[in-house]
Amino acid sequence: MVVLTAKKVTKRFGGLEAVSKVDLEVKENAIYSIIGPNGAGKTTLFNCVTGFYTPEEGEIFLKGRNITGMSPDRVTHMGVSRTYQNIRLFKNMTAVENILVGMQPHLKSGVLGAIFRDKGTNQEEKAGIEEANRLLQFIGLKGKGDLMSKNLPYGEQRRLELGRALASKPFLLLLDEPTAGMNPSETQEMVNFIRRLRDELGITILLIEHQMRVVMSISEQISVLDFGQKIAEGTPQEIQRNPRVVEAYLGRGAASGLGQATTAA
Amino acid sequence: MISKSSDWVAAVKNGLIGGIISVLLCLVGIVVAFGKTYIISGVITMGQVFVLAPILFESYMTVRRAKSNKTLPLLIVGALAGLMGGVVLVVLVGIGQVINLRAVLLNASSDLYALLTFNLPLAVGLLLLLGTSLVVGLVAPAVFLLPVRVQSAISQATLTVLVIGLFRDLLVTVIIRWGLVQYAFLWLFAQSGLKIIGAVTLFVLVGGLSYWRLGQDRKAQALKRSPRQQQLIRWGTLGVLVLIALLLPVILGSYFSEILDNVGIYILMGLGLNIVVGFAGLLDLGYVAFYAIGAYAVGVLTTPEAMGLLHLNFWWALPIALGVALLAGIILGLPVLKMRGDYLAIVTLGFGEIIRIVVLSDWLKPALGGSEGIQHIAQPNIGRLVLATQQQIYYVILVGIVIAGFVASRLKDSHLGRSWMALREDEDVAEAMGINKVSTKLLAFGMGAIFSGLGGALFAARITSVYPQSFSFIVSINILSLIIIGGMGSIPGVFVGGLALVGLPLLLSQFADFRYMVYGAVLVVMMLTRPEGLWPEARRRLELHEEMKEKGTGPKDEPQTVLKTPGR
Repeated sequence: MVVLTAKKVTKRFGGLEAVSKVDLEVKENAIYSIIGPNGAGKTTLFNCVTGFYTPEEGEIFLKGRNITGMSPDRVTHMGVSRTYQNIRLFKNMTAVENILVGMQPHLKSGVLGAIFRDKGTNQEEKAGIEEANRLLQFIGLKGKGDLMSKNLPYGEQRRLELGRALASKPFLLLLDEPTAGMNPSETQEMVNFIRRLRDELGITILLIEHQMRVVMSISEQISVLDFGQKIAEGTPQEIQRNPRVVEAYLGRGAASGLGQATTAA
Repeated sequence: MISKSSDWVAAVKNGLIGGIISVLLCLVGIVVAFGKTYIISGVITMGQVFVLAPILFESYMTVRRAKSNKTLPLLIVGALAGLMGGVVLVVLVGIGQVINLRAVLLNASSDLYALLTFNLPLAVGLLLLLGTSLVVGLVAPAVFLLPVRVQSAISQATLTVLVIGLFRDLLVTVIIRWGLVQYAFLWLFAQSGLKIIGAVTLFVLVGGLSYWRLGQDRKAQALKRSPRQQQLIRWGTLGVLVLIALLLPVILGSYFSEILDNVGIYILMGLGLNIVVGFAGLLDLGYVAFYAIGAYAVGVLTTPEAMGLLHLNFWWALPIALGVALLAGIILGLPVLKMRGDYLAIVTLGFGEIIRIVVLSDWLKPALGGSEGIQHIAQPNIGRLVLATQQQIYYVILVGIVIAGFVASRLKDSHLGRSWMALREDEDVAEAMGINKVSTKLLAFGMGAIFSGLGGALFAARITSVYPQSFSFIVSINILSLIIIGGMGSIPGVFVGGLALVGLPLLLSQFADFRYMVYGAVLVVMMLTRPEGLWPEARRRLELHEEMKEKGTGPKDEPQTVLKTPGR
């Protein structure tokens, strides 16, 4: 089953086409990567999918439903969640509170419930806190729930952001450079963690990643963007052999030495 | 010797600054205004306190920052700072003798010069002024050299004497209502201010008490108590507070009840605005608009005059008034809340003024009475009993405050409170977490509007008439200031801010003229030294002091970084 479909999505900023006629098809339970040089339009594409931008042309479907132009909160309610390239936690809220905010789509109680604390609201709040503690354990932050999120070390902040994204119980998770700024061993941990998300929780993963080692080892499908256009799509092996990709990354001259480039990678 | 010499320079500089602040206070007129208000009868007036306090403060700061820590140099440095302050004052008096400053500076009067020279001949007076400044300058290092515990005890005792002396008239009016108990207190007071013996007694009593309390390790004691005891203490405190709240108008009498009602309405609205500004981070500068709407709605619905619509009683009119205020909040909020902070501030500011001007307009004069307003507004009743006196209305306001406080505290610790916090922190991410930006903000805005409307309705019922003049922009600013001074997002802070900003100026009529000057000064000082407010919320304190610590200017003690989520 196809979870996410993008059809000829175009997003312009003034005269610049940040994303230009991009097609995308992400199957259920896949780990799908989007790669490309800086400024290729990867994050813009993410922003289109999550509803933060409305594309000028084209359409985006989520499990067959057209979500083009939908507001971000409604897209999240449909089961999409994301993390950010530069960590964007609620800095002055504790780890638990960050996760509780992430649970927003599943909350039913309203203002009156909040004021009068009826049984339903109390149960919901209690269940939420229990769930948040379970999630904290899952992301390896057990016992750090009451710490201000800005006081956590970098790696834990990354994981907390992931935990917050998981709190909405998404079926599609968009990760924007989850290993940015990490050393090799931390990176490996993150890779394993992403695999677990897919294998244990059955979440489809759409990934933006710069580290080729990560991309090639984890992804099942890869799309390559360059200047807003999709220039290649395929399995890691296919992408590594694709001359247009090597050209986009290393320049025209390098494309002729394709054989050496792939062995070096 | 470089460090020593820089201490001298600092002493001269700070002394001059202290003197200049004193001169400023003199020329503003506050010194003369309080020139006859004795703190201790025959010894010192509040005016003199205003002159000497800046000098004392600057001298103390000089000593505290001084690099030397030996007794003699500190004493000399402090004395020098004090002397410099005195010199500035002497210069002021000197210039005043030669040139008629009064042509420009209205308050540079002969009264002021007389006050500064202790009503003595010029030369003697000036010498005495210099001497006094020198002594004040010596007091700072003397206090500074004492142990911290003694320092705190002295400052608390001094402050108590100052406050009780200043409020002598008010306290005496209250005390004589107490029957025989009055004689236990009255002997402390003179015709103006405290008697010397009274001041000494108070000083020793308060100083001793606070010295003893500071010696106790209260944290260890609190830890020793069982959860049951702790709960008992909590309920006990609450019970005492409720009892005081209920008895207050009886103890204080009608004059103070009027002030109390005034403060109460401000606190009620402060609690509402705190939801908007403190919780949701929406800067609403036109809060007075909903206050006006609530007041006028009750007015129009209940007045028996020709413009009255339904001639309802107060309780029927109240929910309608709140509904109208809420509706106005939604209509204003819907288009505006999509935008970011600054726009909201400007639009609400405009809205507040528009409401006032519309009410004042000839166009609506047949309906709202123009500048003559609406009279004979119904007062709340319980059965046949009409709650007409200030003391009776107090209880209605108290109920309003309890409701507002309850709602605010419940909302704060709910998922809504967290959503507001998230929106305040990062709007885009909050949206991506599934929070509907507009409806969540609108909820806060609407809540604020309802409580402002309630404040307005009670205000109308309290004075039984409304005029457009009561709803000027400054009301919005007052409420905002009281929240900032109390501590943004803090519920007890609203009470502290309300008492300090609205209560004090009403209690001290001499202050009324200088009210906005004091506001401004207090706000500036607060922002510099205690940006989290007088009674801050735990989170804000962490927020602000963390940042300060990062910059390396914060307090040295390790700030606590753990914040307990209720229910965990």
